[in-house]
Amino acid sequence: MTPVQALDFIRVLPEIVLASCAILVMVAEPFVSARHTAALAWVSLIGIVAAGAGNAWMRRFSGPAFGGSIAADPFASYFVYLLLLAAALTLLGSVRYLETNQVHHGEFYALLLLGTTGACLMVAATELIMIFIGLEISSISTYILAGFRRADKRSNEACLKYFLLGSFATAFLLYGIAFIYGLTGTTNLVQLSEKLSAPGARPPLLWIALILAFVGLGFKVSTVPFHIWTPDVYQGAPAPVTAFLSVAPKAAAFAVILRVFLGGLASAGALVFWLLWISALLTMCLGNLAALWQTNIKRLLAYSAIAHAGYVLVGMAAAKAAGPEAGEGIASVLFYLAAYALMNVAAFILVAHLAGAGERYQEADDCTGLAYQRPGVAACLTLLLVSLSGFPATAGFFAKFYVFRAAIHAHLIGLTLVAVLNSVVAVYYYLRVVVAMYMREGNPRASASPLPWPLGAALALSLVGIFYLGLFPTPFVRLANLAASPLP
Amino acid sequence: MTIPPHWYLALGTGLFTVGVVGVLTRRNVIVILMSIELILNAVNINLVAFSRMFHSVDGQVFAIFVITDAAAEAAIGLGLIIALFRNKETVNADEIDLLKW
Amino acid sequence: MAFLRHIWLIPLLPALGALTQLLAGRRLSNRAVSIVSVGLPGLAFLWALGCFAELLKLAAPTYLTNLYTWLPAGPFRLANGSLAQLNVPVGFQLDPLSAVMLLIVTGVGFVIHVYSIGYMGHEGGYYRFFGYMNLFLFSMLILVLADNYLMMFAGWEGVGLCSYFLIGFYFQRKSAADAGKKAFIVNRIGDAGFLLGVMLITVTFGTLNFQQITEAARSGQFALGNGTLTAICVLLFVGATGKSAQIPLYVWLPDAMEGPTPVSALIHAATMVTAGVYMVARSNALFVLAPKAMLLVAAIGAATALWAASIGLVQNDIKRVLAYSTVSQLGYMFLACGVGAFAAGIFHVMTHAFFKALLFLGAGSVIHALGGEQDMRKMGGLRRKIPITFATFVVGTLAISGIPGFAGFFSKDEILWQAFSSPYGHRLLWFIGWATAGLTAFYMFRLLFMTFAGESRVDAEVAHHLHESPWTMLGPLVVLAVLSVVGGYINWPTERFGHFLEPVFESPFRAAGVQLYGRNDELGLMVLSVAVALAGLGYAWLIYVKRPGLRERLAEPPGILHQILLNKYYVDELYDALFVNRAKNLGNLLAAFDLAVVDGGVNAAGWLTRTSGDLSRFWDKWVIDGLVNVLGFGIKVLSYPVRVIQTGVVQTYAFFIALGVAIFLGYYLVHFRP
Repeated sequence: MTPVQALDFIRVLPEIVLASCAILVMVAEPFVSARHTAALAWVSLIGIVAAGAGNAWMRRFSGPAFGGSIAADPFASYFVYLLLLAAALTLLGSVRYLETNQVHHGEFYALLLLGTTGACLMVAATELIMIFIGLEISSISTYILAGFRRADKRSNEACLKYFLLGSFATAFLLYGIAFIYGLTGTTNLVQLSEKLSAPGARPPLLWIALILAFVGLGFKVSTVPFHIWTPDVYQGAPAPVTAFLSVAPKAAAFAVILRVFLGGLASAGALVFWLLWISALLTMCLGNLAALWQTNIKRLLAYSAIAHAGYVLVGMAAAKAAGPEAGEGIASVLFYLAAYALMNVAAFILVAHLAGAGERYQEADDCTGLAYQRPGVAACLTLLLVSLSGFPATAGFFAKFYVFRAAIHAHLIGLTLVAVLNSVVAVYYYLRVVVAMYMREGNPRASASPLPWPLGAALALSLVGIFYLGLFPTPFVRLANLAASPLP
Repeated sequence: MTIPPHWYLALGTGLFTVGVVGVLTRRNVIVILMSIELILNAVNINLVAFSRMFHSVDGQVFAIFVITDAAAEAAIGLGLIIALFRNKETVNADEIDLLKW
Repeated sequence: MAFLRHIWLIPLLPALGALTQLLAGRRLSNRAVSIVSVGLPGLAFLWALGCFAELLKLAAPTYLTNLYTWLPAGPFRLANGSLAQLNVPVGFQLDPLSAVMLLIVTGVGFVIHVYSIGYMGHEGGYYRFFGYMNLFLFSMLILVLADNYLMMFAGWEGVGLCSYFLIGFYFQRKSAADAGKKAFIVNRIGDAGFLLGVMLITVTFGTLNFQQITEAARSGQFALGNGTLTAICVLLFVGATGKSAQIPLYVWLPDAMEGPTPVSALIHAATMVTAGVYMVARSNALFVLAPKAMLLVAAIGAATALWAASIGLVQNDIKRVLAYSTVSQLGYMFLACGVGAFAAGIFHVMTHAFFKALLFLGAGSVIHALGGEQDMRKMGGLRRKIPITFATFVVGTLAISGIPGFAGFFSKDEILWQAFSSPYGHRLLWFIGWATAGLTAFYMFRLLFMTFAGESRVDAEVAHHLHESPWTMLGPLVVLAVLSVVGGYINWPTERFGHFLEPVFESPFRAAGVQLYGRNDELGLMVLSVAVALAGLGYAWLIYVKRPGLRERLAEPPGILHQILLNKYYVDELYDALFVNRAKNLGNLLAAFDLAVVDGGVNAAGWLTRTSGDLSRFWDKWVIDGLVNVLGFGIKVLSYPVRVIQTGVVQTYAFFIALGVAIFLGYYLVHFRP
């Protein structure tokens, strides 16, 4: 094993910046008066931007770090940008949220940064132990965030469910990893791949390990049946936290699934494909069906997030089925996650604003007639929902288009058919909110106060991104293809 | 005389099963938390046993990380249970069902 | 070439109007709104005329331009194993087919916008209305000018959305909101088919570009009746039945009349509903290789024409009659496409756009004059009160009924002739089309007579305010009336229109010199169709003008008939007495003659129309509305299993996670182990 060098540290620069910034915020918090906690938000934002700059700078130093447990490659770099974007949007959306909800705790920002750090470690890790550590850093931070409105029963309950079920699922993951280690003698993904692809080296009980590991990761991305915590937690957690939860840990876990199941354990082909295929099918259908009768917008978006995970899994199954031509499927997954991150974070932070103090107004009916009081806000939410439903000229359309195309090229015709039908059905429930805002008379109960400027900035950024991806997807598709190339 | 690895595995599987059954059947959130710790310990036993089998230190290092993680989870879990008890005056898992469907 | 080079301006202009209205319209005065939102479509129309003039000068009448690559999908493997490079650009294609549609959409669209200034002047949400209308024009122009299926689909979805917004424009009315919902749900069914068709095209051809697909289809690499092509065509046609209101998806269109009348004229008569016909015509190279799909198109078209016309016979709401008539005329267009006479279909699209927009706007003028009344039983005798509306309406009615000399005659006759003589045609198809022509003349003249002729049945209070519409509304009527007359001479006496479209529709059998029937047969058929139209006219005249009493037995069951006769419209004492005291006056010779000859026929016809009306109403009410209700119920039923899982108790959740693991492990043991 090579000794640790300076280069090793450069290759984890974003994580170092984020963690340092988090510690700084946490240490400074007691010295900042309650009225000025917003200052900590700006410090954190600077930290996120700096981490992004670090991520850009270290591109010329790509390679493995710390004895092959971390890889600084385009794949990791792509995901780090994505996670930082999600964190930055969440942060902008939560500044005023914390004020209106009277939770003046600077730790919020520190935990957000730590959650992002953990997720960044997950996407860069090429070693099962490192994956586990990243996963736990991000999980523990987000457990606390989910219960951040301490005086609120729903927030408590969300935190409890997330925490207990999360630990339970992680325990399965760990058990699986322990088995993988026991069967192969290594936890490094590269070595694992080499050992397993050697002829005749197919340990007999590997399938148990695979399924157990899939449970832990499936929990994070909420695949059916491990999605079961998602609606409750997304509904109960503070809305900006939900925004973060629905994107960052999910994207990171998808990255891990790509690295582990399409990289290290790729030789266990049929089983992995079957797992992805059946999960994709169940997740899409159940997510969309359950969303149909939801009236609470947060819960509706939670089920929609489950359905979106299903579409992503369609792309993964396509990548797995395509064998040596997996690049297209992987790139489609990467593109989808970027579009999803833009749409979902923005939708949840906007809902956080609409729900008002104490998050009292979360029902679709609370938005009745909003279009006449706040046309701008209503238009914004409409555009986000339209993009989530996959209307042409928005990011959501191309995301689906690329995934479905990859699936067709991998000859997964049946699965694509189900996915197309699902996305047609989904329009119904997204449009219900739009109908409430535009087509019904009445005074909205939802907060009709003007958008605070940080939230406005975050929404503007997201919408520009959504339409940029929808109208000019070319450069971004190239980027996704580039990021997908280091994987087999 | 050395104990063969599959004895450790059997012990690990036993603990794992006890843990899972505990999570599924006990009402008290604190006991559920303890059951999860049992599963983690089953993992640790496996890891250490494999580590000895391969004569490599990786598994033991992993086990130490798992123990650290378990400690962090316990800290959060207890803090959370206190906050919950203040609001709802219960620590029974089946009485906490505001969010559903 | 300045116009063609900047053809992208045509959709952009209305888009700018929409943007202005939807962002700042609330702060603008009605005058400013009208100037922007009517002026910009007007400019677009002028630009389209410029493009058309330049197109005629080109050696090969096709102009293609690419703005940028919208969707670089990269290389992938086709269904046949070869490697293809898929790039979808934002590109425009102007060829004879899209040029015709372009002129219809911008021209008729502009005229209807002008009309709306007067019609919507007193309504709330003036800017919102024009914003949506401009947005609709933008989407429709994208649909028409697109050079590939994906862009066309984007426009297709866009017009659907605008239609949904505009049907529900009077959202305070529950029926309007419900109609919008119905239109939306029914259209989604069609859209799913269209999208699947587009996907199948992608994997079959490796491109979505119209020209490339047409070339590939005509290169001879696909055999006649190829299964994949048939599947593509059927899927595309499913999409067309949704948008163009064909059996079984036609039900949304009559309900769509809940929207403001200019919307009905522009979207639900002249332009959007013909998008399906345009799409099928655009895909003609694929359809001619799939005879089974062609037969399906022709059969559905003919069936819809007859079915909708029969419903139109008994409707009393003036806009509903026109709505069913639109469905019926769209059926004619599909009949034309289905027998391979795409040019005739597009010809009818054009003439129909003129006369149906005229009829709808005329109906709007009537409704406007009567302060919102749409029930024809409360009209009558309006010809002297609103003479200009009446005169233009007569032109429109003559045109749609196929009376020689008017536009509808030329296009409908061409379709009937092709249905009879084309190798894809059949005498039965011709016969259905012919019979429908008779029904059409009947219900249109019934509408005309009930509205304008006879005694006034207008409520006294309404009659007091009766007034002719302002010139912003009458001007468009006159323009459209002129077009409804001269529009037909584009293709007569020489087949100029057909020759103009020939580069697009390279007809396989015409090239092969197939000529089954001669010109004499055509003349004979023409006489027959004129005869049936005149018969319909005469019959309507007989029972609505000459002997209005007879009509009551047609429309109402005898018990209610009695009451209505006594209390309401009829002054003709002779027939009144005849009906009331029918049994007593058996000895009366005149009455005996009536009963034996006229009444028998009338009763039979009445029974027939009533039954067919009932049948279709039954279908509407129980099958389609039922489907919508079942959807709601199904959602509820489906929710129960999820509710059982999602109990809210954390241990249930843990149990389902553990169960999931167990099932995955168990499934592996059963299926993957040898």
